[in-house]
Amino acid sequence: MSNAAGGLLLELEGSPARRRKERIVRGIFFALAAMSVVISATIVLALIQEAVQFVGAIGVGDLWQRGWFPRRGIFDVRTILVGTLVVTGIGMLVAAPLGLGAAVYLSEYARPRIRKLLKPILEIIAGIPSIVLGVFAFSWINPQIVDRFLCGDASFFNLGAAGVGVGVLVTPLVASIAEDAMRAVPMSLREGAYGLGARKRSTTVKIVFPAAISGIVAAVIVGMSRAIGETMVVALAGGATGGSLFSADYCQPGQTMTGAMAALAIGGDQVKGDVSAFQSLYFVGLVLFLLTLGLNVLSGRIVRRVRKKY
Amino acid sequence: MKRVQAKPLGTLSRRTNRATDEKVESRPQEQKTSEEAVFDVQDLSVFYGDFRAVRNVTLAVSQRNITALIGPSGCGKTTVLRCFNRMNDLVDTARIEGNILYHGVDLYESRVDPVEVRRRVGMVFQKPNPFPKSIYDNVSFGPKIAGFKGSMDDLVEEALTKAALWDEVKSRLKESGMSLSGGQQQRLCIARAIAVQPDVILMDEPCSALDPIATGHIEDLMQDLKNDYTIIIVTHNMQQAARVSDMTAFFTAEVNEKQDRRTGVLVEFDHTERMFTNPSDERTENYVTGRFG
Ligand SMILES: Nc1ncnc2c1ncn2[C@@H]1O[C@H](COP(=O)(O)OP(=O)(O)O)[C@@H](O)[C@H]1O
Ligand SMILES: [Mg+2]
Repeated sequence: MSNAAGGLLLELEGSPARRRKERIVRGIFFALAAMSVVISATIVLALIQEAVQFVGAIGVGDLWQRGWFPRRGIFDVRTILVGTLVVTGIGMLVAAPLGLGAAVYLSEYARPRIRKLLKPILEIIAGIPSIVLGVFAFSWINPQIVDRFLCGDASFFNLGAAGVGVGVLVTPLVASIAEDAMRAVPMSLREGAYGLGARKRSTTVKIVFPAAISGIVAAVIVGMSRAIGETMVVALAGGATGGSLFSADYCQPGQTMTGAMAALAIGGDQVKGDVSAFQSLYFVGLVLFLLTLGLNVLSGRIVRRVRKKY
Repeated sequence: MKRVQAKPLGTLSRRTNRATDEKVESRPQEQKTSEEAVFDVQDLSVFYGDFRAVRNVTLAVSQRNITALIGPSGCGKTTVLRCFNRMNDLVDTARIEGNILYHGVDLYESRVDPVEVRRRVGMVFQKPNPFPKSIYDNVSFGPKIAGFKGSMDDLVEEALTKAALWDEVKSRLKESGMSLSGGQQQRLCIARAIAVQPDVILMDEPCSALDPIATGHIEDLMQDLKNDYTIIIVTHNMQQAARVSDMTAFFTAEVNEKQDRRTGVLVEFDHTERMFTNPSDERTENYVTGRFG
């Protein structure tokens, strides 16, 4: 090897110190990533472990009877599952049309100036603390909407008001995700439709909406996950802080999974000392986690299936 | 330029009864025999806000002809083309001065519905833009929204055949239009435009995203389509204009009054052959002989 080539090799080797630094940085980031995985895994494992102990203690058969009264050792999962479904269902009946409608308006119809005005308003609604919405739900939504139009003789606290409140809560979320999806549809597709003599309505309904369908489905499912996980509105407006009989009547008080957990954890149900009641917290938490996980997986599937088609 | 007497609004008006509005019959009868222009552009200027993108364009587009708009990038070819089907209405800041008569009707008269205009004046875009739908649904989209009642299968086949695409796609009409090659996609877009049985087809650099073989396909296709349709094509490719068009309008961009932007002007409008062999303007000659600079 000539001298010149030797010098070049030395240059090409670069600085060992820099390479070492690179390795250290990489190590730090790996540790951070690993830590978040470990934390998540620990939480899930703890959930599973306590939940299994809980089911073992009270027996699987006891998960299917007579309502949710942890104080009396009655843990009917169906009661709070149905409560969650009723609240989520009503919530989505409110949030899907309102949110998607707002998204269509903002993305397709609103002039830029109006959109600039409306988007922050949507964000303000999204920023309302859920406890405020909870108060609003039982003090205004219940008498003015639920009692007046839906029930006639509703109780002061009921699942209906909680559902509508949750709907208002998730509407901005649905609107914002769906609007992003529709605005991502290239302008050239709209122009193609207009160029064929399509009006705005057919362009929106037949071109933009189908092209954005995966994002729109995702918006609805994310909204649903959020509705299922919502606690405060339900705890305030849904009633039934203690326990609840099995009922799907939205005019009556009821308990959701989140509401039940809140009541258990803050001791509103005076079960602090009761071991199996305390463990039921983990069990309900696990069910909630699985439900939300299932929805996320489902939304991923739908998005992929729809994409593949086109 | 001969000023054409504006005729009373016929089928372009919003109040037209769609049920009796048969596309083919709706074209004015006299056009088949007279020399009358399909489009008569009179002293057209187009503005985006305060910016005048094109000024003082006067030209006439005749029936069953191919008219090419050529010129360097940014001279306003697309802008002018999009005036013919009121596509510029979609741009908030855009407005025009001057007149465009379509079969004698003032295209920008307040009673004229742009949607009715676009059903008669179709458009093929620079970048192929098939809908994310099946090949069949791409073609049937236009007729469907126009309330077409006849046999859709026949119409789709006819449009795809005219667009020289039928043989390549007949066995997979259910597949996505996006699964086709670029050249096929552009022919699908042409089929889509043909399916609404327009009077005129506007093409904005339809081959700019295609390879030479696909370009050849589309150019051959245009010669066939000329028998049934009036075609206006934008191209920055002079050879293409020379190969396919009957009439050519050469645009260029000149520094505007305020000296800050360049405004498009029509330099020359003439038979393509004369334009390329014996142009009357020096700027045209420089451009077509490649000495543009
Ligand atoms: N939507 C628009 N808003 C503002 N200016 C535009 C718009 N479209 C085109 N222009 C401007 O108008 C001029 C002509 O553009 P265009 O018609 O696209 O030219 P060409 O098709 O000949 O390349 C350019 O200066 C361009 O920047
Ligand atoms: Mg252009």
